[in-house]
Amino acid sequence: MINPIEVKNIYKNYSDKNAVNGINFSVSNNEIVGLLGPNGCGKTTTIAIMLGLLRASSGQVFIKGKDIEKNRIELLHKMNFISPYIELPKKLTVRENLIVYARLYNVSKLNDRIDYLVETLNLKDFLNQKTGELSSGQKNRVSLAKSLINTPSILLLDEPTASLDPDTGDFVRSFLEKYIKENTVSILLASHNMNEVKRLCSNVLMMKNGQIIDKGTPNELLTKHGQDNLEEVFLKLSRNEK
Amino acid sequence: MKNSLNRMYGLYLRHFFLIRNSFPRVMDLIYWPTIQITLWGFISKFFSMYSDYYNNTVGVILTCAILYDFLFRSSISFNMLFLEEIYSRNFTNLFIAPIKISEILISLILTAFLRTMIGLVPAIILTTPLFGISILNLGIPLFFLFLSLYIFGMTLGLFVSSGLLRFGPAFENIAWSTMFLLAPLGCIYYPIEILPEILQTIAKGLPLVHIFEEARHILVDGTVDYGKILNAFYLNFIYFFLGVLLFYYSFNQARKKGSLINVGE
Repeated sequence: MINPIEVKNIYKNYSDKNAVNGINFSVSNNEIVGLLGPNGCGKTTTIAIMLGLLRASSGQVFIKGKDIEKNRIELLHKMNFISPYIELPKKLTVRENLIVYARLYNVSKLNDRIDYLVETLNLKDFLNQKTGELSSGQKNRVSLAKSLINTPSILLLDEPTASLDPDTGDFVRSFLEKYIKENTVSILLASHNMNEVKRLCSNVLMMKNGQIIDKGTPNELLTKHGQDNLEEVFLKLSRNEK
Repeated sequence: MKNSLNRMYGLYLRHFFLIRNSFPRVMDLIYWPTIQITLWGFISKFFSMYSDYYNNTVGVILTCAILYDFLFRSSISFNMLFLEEIYSRNFTNLFIAPIKISEILISLILTAFLRTMIGLVPAIILTTPLFGISILNLGIPLFFLFLSLYIFGMTLGLFVSSGLLRFGPAFENIAWSTMFLLAPLGCIYYPIEILPEILQTIAKGLPLVHIFEEARHILVDGTVDYGKILNAFYLNFIYFFLGVLLFYYSFNQARKKGSLINVGE
């Protein structure tokens, strides 16, 4: 059986550095895989290649068995992405933003889908407010709604709870747990929040210097490295301690 | 086809909502063309009274000013639609949506027209009560002159947007200055003979000269030379084709160099 996400021997070389050095991994259906590593280790580069935003120097990314390079537009219909580093147009209301993205993703029954997301993510109170006027937590929920507008079967999350208060962070994590139970979706989650990764991910990839230096279930990694929590495993690996 | 139209409509709506939601933005669109055309209206009136060349051809300068402003606004409109995505840090969202480059270009070209007309129509309407002049005096050729200018405006927009794609916001200053760079060679307010010979040769390679020479020709002599209008179209299509190629090339280069990721102010 083909995994929905297959990353095969990806390299990305710039003139002054190698951002990604031959990484391989896969994500199966209804699985959340965590991508961990220090800043600049190649997580965002990997996600950008998977989205077709960046062209790999070599290697291939297969989404649902198809090469993203050759089928970019077709596959983007099935994918979506959320990151605190990109925003939705601030001067548009929440509803307007959702309408625009529903059109861009050719969502059928656009109003039903928007109503469903408004209800599920509690957007009703600020639906007609400009997106730029919202709090970080509200903006995050709107971005999450945008990332689910096309009912993606591949969801790439780049630090989805960064800079959120604990309550909103927990809301997002609970939502993702519920969402994966109710939908057929494969999720790649890049995060610096180790508790979040332990709670959500069935498998974890540890990256450093553009390479995957270790992988396994959270418990396997804890046992293997003799640590009590993933943060200690992360520190050990990122500082290259034996 | 239906899906393609839906996506283009989505991108149009993104900019339509932006304009509709902001009264200052609409005022800004109207304000500059009105000021520009009013100013040129008075200058035109003065020249028509005191210049032999413009004697009894009151509307020549003003008509050329309107045509030039149409070109300027259309090019800036296209650039602004692109810059809006950078200002709002929405660039990445746009390029991970399943919208083709051709659909982005068509949608921006049509939306830029709306943006241009919001600014220009009130200014054009004002010219009749203020100066007793109507650009409609150019007759049917006016449509071809506008179309030709619009294609060239979009071409300039494509060149600048290609730079924004490849180099990011740092290219913004170029976006504002392109039109000023070409204006002296465009022979907007004076005949091509004014230019030194070497510059005349260069200017003839631009569609602008053919458009503005013909506009003056129609207004001064009252006859139409469709050959000149056609020349402008031939040149336009060459530049437009190059602009589209450059845009695709820049998109591919941006994907290679990583400049589509996290583009913002």
